Amino acid sequence: MIRVALLVAGKDLRVERRSRVLLWQVVPFGVMALLLSGLALGPNRAGHSTAAPGLFYLVIVLVALLIINRSHAIETTAGTRASAATLGLDPAGVFLGKAAALAIELWLTALVLLAGSVVVLHTALHGTLAAVPSIVITLGAIATAGTLYGALTSGGNAGATLLPVLSLPAFAPLLIAGERSFTSALHGGALLEWWIISVVALAVYLALGILLYGVLEES
Amino acid sequence: MAGGFPLLSGVDLELSSSSLTVLVGANGAGKTSLLRLLAGLIGLSAGEGSVLGLDLATVDRRQLRRCVGWLGHEGSFYDDLTVSENLTFAAKALGRPLDNLATVLERVDLSGRRDTVAKQLSAGQRRRLGLAWLLLRRPELWLLDEPYASLDDDGRTFFDALLGEVVERGAMVVVSAHDPLRSAQLRPRTLRMSGGRIVGES
Repeated sequence: MIRVALLVAGKDLRVERRSRVLLWQVVPFGVMALLLSGLALGPNRAGHSTAAPGLFYLVIVLVALLIINRSHAIETTAGTRASAATLGLDPAGVFLGKAAALAIELWLTALVLLAGSVVVLHTALHGTLAAVPSIVITLGAIATAGTLYGALTSGGNAGATLLPVLSLPAFAPLLIAGERSFTSALHGGALLEWWIISVVALAVYLALGILLYGVLEES
Repeated sequence: MAGGFPLLSGVDLELSSSSLTVLVGANGAGKTSLLRLLAGLIGLSAGEGSVLGLDLATVDRRQLRRCVGWLGHEGSFYDDLTVSENLTFAAKALGRPLDNLATVLERVDLSGRRDTVAKQLSAGQRRRLGLAWLLLRRPELWLLDEPYASLDDDGRTFFDALLGEVVERGAMVVVSAHDPLRSAQLRPRTLRMSGGRIVGES
């Protein structure tokens, strides 16, 4: 399973590096969305900092939807899908590999967006850095859930529009937990309970993905 | 089933080793569905059959798919990977050694294209990359869905020569096509399909 996961993650990241969609389309979209959010808040710097965690996760979820769709679009051209199916890869390994590649892409995008939130939304640097561990876990959970929902919606004709409808309710607790822990890191407050939500969600989605990904692929 | 109608019905087919079978028919005749059934890409809803000794009614289709080679006319690989990256991925996925990669690339005349991204290849080269993927695997059963589509005469000749070699080595090859094969050397068994049935043989 781990061998397949490494193989699939390596393939997905290589495809992404070569196509440069993340670099030239997804990341600039995220930065622009963050910038426009900052402009919409007006000139009040204190308000920017307060709203920053929520805006950060709002932009992250938009970016995540783009990356998830793309991650599954690689596999769903008719010929590739059939040929890859005849390789007989372990579905649990495929799930872990795709989720790992997705998480790495989200982490890289988040790095840029965090720098953007310091510059555009005036979040304190030390508080932003303190939020990084919780962001890593939350984005890992979003990546695992997104991989699962991406497989669920990728087969149909309306996959790209169905994905946000189905996945946003699943992302909601993660976004709330991530936003609360980011706010706590910036302005003080309880961190542990929000961390626990993200860690439990990550574990649940990992287990579900390992068990169900094969069924979703077959359907 | 599709829209309440069976994709295939009353198909009686037996394949032997070292054979080339061509499924001929118009669009919607059931050629691709039959190939997909043999590949384990779709399930058997009624009737009985076995592929490479595996019962189609009860087999884990993932196990069956691992034993067959599939080449679709749309392209059978990752467009943003290079020729060698595609083949390396397939070989590693199957746990096959990579030492015959150069030989395979030479056989399909893609040695000079190993670092070319797949989406930059011509239609003929893309088809040869698909063949290289199969040569690396050496499956017992080759299933080729309209492999001659958009190939010029040179491409067809190349394809026929390679299929001849594969059949001579003992593989079973099933090809779908709109028209019977033109090659005089291959002497395939040609099955005419219509409405999901085999309606004639020559």
